[in-house]
Amino acid sequence: MEYEEAKKKIVEELTKKLKNKSKFYFNDLAKILEAKPRDAKKIVNKLVEEGVLEYWSSGSTSMYGMPGTGKQAHSEGED
Amino acid sequence: MAKHETPMLDQLESGPWPSFVSDLKQQAEKRAKNKEGVEFQIPVDVVEDLLGILELSFKHGRTHWKHGGIVGVFGYGGGVIGRYCDQPQAFPGVAHFHTMRVAQPGGKFYTTKFLRELCDVWDRRGSGITNMHGSTGDIIFLGTTTPQLEEIFFELTHNMNQDLGGSGSNLRTPADCIGQARCEYSCYDTQDLCYDLTQEYQDELHRPAFPYKFKFKFDGCPNCCVASIARSDLSFIGTWKDDIRVDQDAVQAYIGGELPPNAGAHSGRDWGKFDIQKEVIGLCPTECMWMDGKTLKIDNRECTRCMHCINVMPRALRIGNERGLSVFAGAKAPILDGAQMGTLVVPFIEAEAPYTKIKETVIEPLWDWWMEEGKNRERMGELMKRQGLQRVIEVLGVAPDPRMVQEPRHNPYIFWKEEEVEGGFDRDITEFRKHHQR
Repeated sequence: MEYEEAKKKIVEELTKKLKNKSKFYFNDLAKILEAKPRDAKKIVNKLVEEGVLEYWSSGSTSMYGMPGTGKQAHSEGED
Repeated sequence: MAKHETPMLDQLESGPWPSFVSDLKQQAEKRAKNKEGVEFQIPVDVVEDLLGILELSFKHGRTHWKHGGIVGVFGYGGGVIGRYCDQPQAFPGVAHFHTMRVAQPGGKFYTTKFLRELCDVWDRRGSGITNMHGSTGDIIFLGTTTPQLEEIFFELTHNMNQDLGGSGSNLRTPADCIGQARCEYSCYDTQDLCYDLTQEYQDELHRPAFPYKFKFKFDGCPNCCVASIARSDLSFIGTWKDDIRVDQDAVQAYIGGELPPNAGAHSGRDWGKFDIQKEVIGLCPTECMWMDGKTLKIDNRECTRCMHCINVMPRALRIGNERGLSVFAGAKAPILDGAQMGTLVVPFIEAEAPYTKIKETVIEPLWDWWMEEGKNRERMGELMKRQGLQRVIEVLGVAPDPRMVQEPRHNPYIFWKEEEVEGGFDRDITEFRKHHQR
């Protein structure tokens, strides 16, 4: 999948799901991209680098979200 | 006077043990006096507010920390864990109280200069509170604010040549024993393998894409000083294939009392004369040792590398010469299904740089399997349990080995796959009917 196409797909899908959740596991992203984890990782890394996605970590688990979305981003004044 | 009254925390100091409360109070006082003239970049009273919020949590019986956060340094998805409190007005010093994980030096070899530099950075840009080598093994800096994160990262990497460690769904900071640097039992160079894999798997360390955490730990011998067999998803334990080397003169020196057993480690008390039968031969778990006159004999085929005899008589018995390591997979602490020890998946593999065989035939196939089939927040040991050892062996492409068997099977059913059955599942019905009526 081309990067721009992948980016569009991720943004669309994540925006659609925003009502229910704002943080996603890596596997959720790989599923959206319909790619093997290692291929998906290359795309996801680039999306983070570009600021389309950002990391969220509980300390033990990492998740991905779009910057400025979700309750925490608002409450921490980081959006 | 302390900024916050902390009667409940004060009570914790009353026991006979060292108290973290006393340590925190000492640190709070040190920051308040600031005799060294440190230019604090985060609130001076951070430690006092930490004590205050902890007291409040005791009072309320619930935590006042929020869950996780979105801070980090550019390009890294691990190494920083966002911590925010939900009472920032009352405790502004800990409104942000992020944790940073710093990779520890191999074998935890420090110079005092390096330790001082670490503490100086953290006193200036953080709370000064550290958690050195707890169960994760790495260096943990507790408590700083968001603007300081990049600054600390810059100082660590540019001035001290040290990287952040792993946190979250990443490869965690690999940890190793002191290895061949100081230990004659070490069957491979633990520090070299640990460093090599750390460099090789930078992407896995810093950019999370695993279902959950993943830990490597390296023990040079089965004494397992870093307890890799219990604490890591993939544990590398040194071993040897050939015979234990025996110096019979030294055996006699232990028997005669010229050499102290356990290198004198138990000499603080008089345990009586050394008795090789009682203290070594009789304690061998596989009973593979005996005295033949004045000669110590070992049936090496039965030896399970328990290390007891070598530990008691290190001058007389030495590890073999044909060395490598065993790989154990799937250890974890209890969350689901209780704690698990690692399962032996590779009985022996050579451990020579550049470690291509270890990377390509063990680590990467296991990761590919776990990344594809592991559920969210499922450790590799849980996936192994869910899909069975048979699947692990398929993934690794190794032949089953009796040494992989941990305990007798509980399930009496054997499910054959078609390719395992001669002739497959199709049968010649005419041939069958020759012997069996309808």
